[in-house]
Amino acid sequence: MTTADYERNMVLATDTDYKVIGTRPVRHDGADKVTGRAIYGADFDAAGLLHGKILRSPHAHAKIISIDTSKAEKLDGVKAVVTSKDFPQSESRKDQWLKDNILASDKALYAGQAIAGVAASNPHVAESALGLIEVEYEVLPPVLTTQEAMASNASILHDSLTTEELGEDTGVVSNVASHSQHVKGDISKGFEDADVIIEREYNTKTVHQGYIEPHNATALWSPDGRLHVWCSTQGSFVVRDSLAELLDLPVSMVRVTPTEIGGGFGGKIPIYVEPVAALLSRKTGAPVKIVMSRRETFEASGPTPGSQIKIKIGAKHDGTLTAAYAWMAMEAGAYPGSPVGAAVQCVFSTYDVENSTIDGFDVVVNKPKTAAYRAPGAPNAAFGAEQAINELAEKLGMDPIELRLKNVAKEGTRRPDGPVFGKIGAKEVLEAMRDHPHYQSDKAEGTGRGVSIGFWFNIGFDSACNIAVNKDGSVNLTEGSTDIGGSRTSIAMHAAEVLGIPVEDVRPSVVDTDTIGFTAVTGGSRTTFATGWAAYEAAQDVKKQCIERAAKIWDVDANGLQMEDGVISSKSDSELRMTFKELAEQLSDTGGGISGSASVNPSGVGGSFAGNIADVSVDPETGKTTVERFTCVQDVGKAIHPSYVEGQMQGGSVQGIGWALNEEYFMNDEGTMTNSSLLDYRMPTSLDLPMIDTVIVEVANPGHPFGVRGVGEANIVPPTPTIANAIYDATGKRMTQLPMSPGAILSVSPE
Amino acid sequence: MPAKTYVQTTINGEHVDFLCEPRQSLLECLRDEIGLTGTKEGCNDGNCGACTVNIDGRIVTSCLVLGVEAEGADIETIEGVADGSNLHPLQLAFLENAALQCGICTPGFIISSKALLEQNPNPSEHEIRFWLANNLCRCTGYDKIVRAVQDAAKRLQEA
Amino acid sequence: MKWIDFEKPKTVEDAVKLLSDSGGNARPMAGGTDLIVQLRVGDPRVNADVVVDIKSIPELNELSYSSSKGLTIGAAVECYKIYGDANVNSHFSALNDSATLIGGTQIQGRASFGGNLCNAAPSGDSIPNMIAHGAVATIAGPSGTREVPVEDICTGPRQTLIGDDELLVSINFPSNGSGFGANYIRFIPRNEMDIAVAGVGASVTIEDGKFTSAKVSLASVAPTPLLVKEAGESLVGETVSEEAIQNAANLAKAAAKPISDMRGTADYRKHLCDVLTRRALNTAVERAQGAS
Repeated sequence: MTTADYERNMVLATDTDYKVIGTRPVRHDGADKVTGRAIYGADFDAAGLLHGKILRSPHAHAKIISIDTSKAEKLDGVKAVVTSKDFPQSESRKDQWLKDNILASDKALYAGQAIAGVAASNPHVAESALGLIEVEYEVLPPVLTTQEAMASNASILHDSLTTEELGEDTGVVSNVASHSQHVKGDISKGFEDADVIIEREYNTKTVHQGYIEPHNATALWSPDGRLHVWCSTQGSFVVRDSLAELLDLPVSMVRVTPTEIGGGFGGKIPIYVEPVAALLSRKTGAPVKIVMSRRETFEASGPTPGSQIKIKIGAKHDGTLTAAYAWMAMEAGAYPGSPVGAAVQCVFSTYDVENSTIDGFDVVVNKPKTAAYRAPGAPNAAFGAEQAINELAEKLGMDPIELRLKNVAKEGTRRPDGPVFGKIGAKEVLEAMRDHPHYQSDKAEGTGRGVSIGFWFNIGFDSACNIAVNKDGSVNLTEGSTDIGGSRTSIAMHAAEVLGIPVEDVRPSVVDTDTIGFTAVTGGSRTTFATGWAAYEAAQDVKKQCIERAAKIWDVDANGLQMEDGVISSKSDSELRMTFKELAEQLSDTGGGISGSASVNPSGVGGSFAGNIADVSVDPETGKTTVERFTCVQDVGKAIHPSYVEGQMQGGSVQGIGWALNEEYFMNDEGTMTNSSLLDYRMPTSLDLPMIDTVIVEVANPGHPFGVRGVGEANIVPPTPTIANAIYDATGKRMTQLPMSPGAILSVSPE
Repeated sequence: MPAKTYVQTTINGEHVDFLCEPRQSLLECLRDEIGLTGTKEGCNDGNCGACTVNIDGRIVTSCLVLGVEAEGADIETIEGVADGSNLHPLQLAFLENAALQCGICTPGFIISSKALLEQNPNPSEHEIRFWLANNLCRCTGYDKIVRAVQDAAKRLQEA
Repeated sequence: MKWIDFEKPKTVEDAVKLLSDSGGNARPMAGGTDLIVQLRVGDPRVNADVVVDIKSIPELNELSYSSSKGLTIGAAVECYKIYGDANVNSHFSALNDSATLIGGTQIQGRASFGGNLCNAAPSGDSIPNMIAHGAVATIAGPSGTREVPVEDICTGPRQTLIGDDELLVSINFPSNGSGFGANYIRFIPRNEMDIAVAGVGASVTIEDGKFTSAKVSLASVAPTPLLVKEAGESLVGETVSEEAIQNAANLAKAAAKPISDMRGTADYRKHLCDVLTRRALNTAVERAQGAS
């Protein structure tokens, strides 16, 4: 391990005039989580609870001829069996696809797809019953990669799927759901103007988010017609709305209580077992709990796609980029909807390139329907684009960071996919990388060094927050964003800052869908940005009411009062002064309690850039890569809670390192995943890593009251190309496929 | 269905008896029969460490122990780590060093780390990483966990 | 998991009786780190109705050493007891190469060399090491006990010559003279918690700069852990040298008959046999020279 003689976790703060923002309090849910008291989805219990299990297709591609559940229903202890027939009639093709991904109707499109659900008095009995369900399949050839799926003679997954070409339905049945294209400038002229051109193809494999907690849900369909679901989800309102749609219920008839959640990274946005538990509960009248196994979590939730990416970049001798072209095909899994659309928005967005064209293809294959995974699509794209930039730097004889700085996007630059950047921190991130002691140091003997940078646009969307003042001067804050990494504390810090009270005096709770206004998912790096903003607005509402109440008590004009640092005072009369706590005590006697609320849908989203510097060594005889030193630099706008921001940067970096080196879905020829365990799906262990150094860069986002951009995602974008560039530096081998496993590295020749 | 087995054991210093089927793991017994849900299931095949408990002074993954094997055993789970309302130095160190994000792996990490510090009060970074390699965390990248264990070692030595 | 019955005999005789009375439907369990998983997933190769917990039988918990009898490790002795044992550390320290890398810390609290051997995975990390040490297994059955060299135990993936009515009691490691050194190394993509892509156990005895005995055994490159006799024999009588070791490594590579799977291609695994045999022999030589 490297011994650091510098600050290993730096914060390059730009605005420090805060009392609460930028401090590092202990999270409000901390004690519960270190004592085992926190209730996660699988911990939920209810009187008369039944246990559900799901029968899954052993085939990657098969017609379902018949399902006979009669023997299973007769097993002692079995209370109910459900299949797709228990769903209401579908309204549309898309609606049917959503249902089929929960319980297949006419076709199984991936190994692991749910076929039937069983509820029984104990999980072992439910499992035994699965073996008594008889399913007759007509097995069809599986299609496992975009190359196979796009071939002219490919086996077709959906007879009803026709290709959408640049927004128009072609009417042609194929596995290509859509082809999009973004054009800026004149790509041919751009390449004509180039002195140096780099062109390569890259391929990546399916990988999983790898959260430690498997999917789970408990449903109780009450005799009054209301459905109540408790589950680990990134978005309780998504679960509510999806259940309502699939089960043909008004949203008001569904209540979702989000439990504590054991990781998600995007993978716990879609629903899987919730509707099955609901159908089983309707049939039995009892609460039904379903918890996926680890194998089911791999084979039947939503991983992020394998992809095929072609990159061509041209530059002048002085390093000016003249043209950039990307062709990206991404596996959607069994139903349309790969993250290629997001990849298109990120692939060249770090750079100000005059001429670019980006083609994106959304392709169905016989694998689980992909879901979001931390900046979905962007790491795949960056694996190609950011290696090409390093190759270009080498050909031009330029430092790879200087080449990036020469072409870096800034405020006013139009992205290749259209939008014009507001204030962004790409340049500041690259400068922080260049100036970092890691980059300034000499490499250790036998190691290679890589760098790269990645972009993620982040999102806004709806968030709501309520704040009620307690008579002891504390406040209860309720919000609807699942807290996966300390967000209830960062949201509470927004309110504490506005009210001028200690964050310990804010009691934040994540509440159910009956109790808070519509709040979108915890995803898109939006939670601290948008729900934090809602807390800011709700606190402003409380503040305004406090000032009005003080004015009423003092019988003065509210316009002459202010509230600063938790003290309400007159701007003109120094005698008129009262703490927030003193006011809180009097509320009931002076007109009643105060509560504030806000619902927001902020538009001032600021994208985030993250860069890495990595040193690796590669065993020349075995091909095994060791990450010797790793630094992550990210512009987060404003770090509300720097420790939790560092945690996001370190976690995203390490997921990226796992993706770079060893993680992959290993599929056999029949389309079955052969490594669906945490033994053989090799996520990094503590022994596989060095400390992950961090630099928080703060280029305040003008679209947020404290400058927040969001931090959860951009950090997973640069690790795969950074490690690839470092391996090249160490070995001379240009790795164009993920994972860069020991055997893969050994099989490639140096350039 | 054949009869359940009667098991007498000690959990977190208290005598606990329960009935279980021989096919039930200790993890299932703790969670479903005894109600101690602080011990988590992440993989059910011994590879993630979320279900780590201490039996008779050794840490094990409770998914790979049968409940009936607990007869006569002395078991420590996450619920027994704090001393009443006083958190253990490791629990404090995990909180103050931000060593958890989602928290699902945290009980396993604390049980494992506690056993490490009991037998090796001043472990090196490598020793910590080696000892904890059977505990997977997907959120933190381990950096802050390793630091929390180092911090707890210091606190325990100073105490 | 399907219903199982659980038995916990206190003597070898009672255990053997339980096994022989069950008509092939009982399985002995030590740490259970393989067996419980196999029962849970319904592995057809382990279709037991009865689990016989053998951890209360004194002979299976023996961990003893004498210069005349060598080292005896009971079939249920957990890995952590092996690497925590003073005699192992003084006289058989290379066994720790396996004991410290089977699973992680938690698995080492339950898993045993005996269980590893009976599970008979081609990748069993203790088996090539035991073979390289010339270990002999003691097996009890209805008609008494028998002794079998470890290299003969495994007959196929998850198959052994231990009968359904027999019980592995212990494994004996003969005392080594001076000039003995051994090593087990495996290649895994991670640094812990992984199945060997390939593994090599090697032992050597060196006198006056020459090999007087040597053994090389491989993991994960054949249906069973493999003793490559010719690799060891090629060294005997040779002066310790890079060439001699490379020659043995070539023979080990030639003997490997791996398959391609998610853990590695056949070619890669053969290549690793060369690399790992060289490295294991070099470490064994260093240890031998340090010991003499």
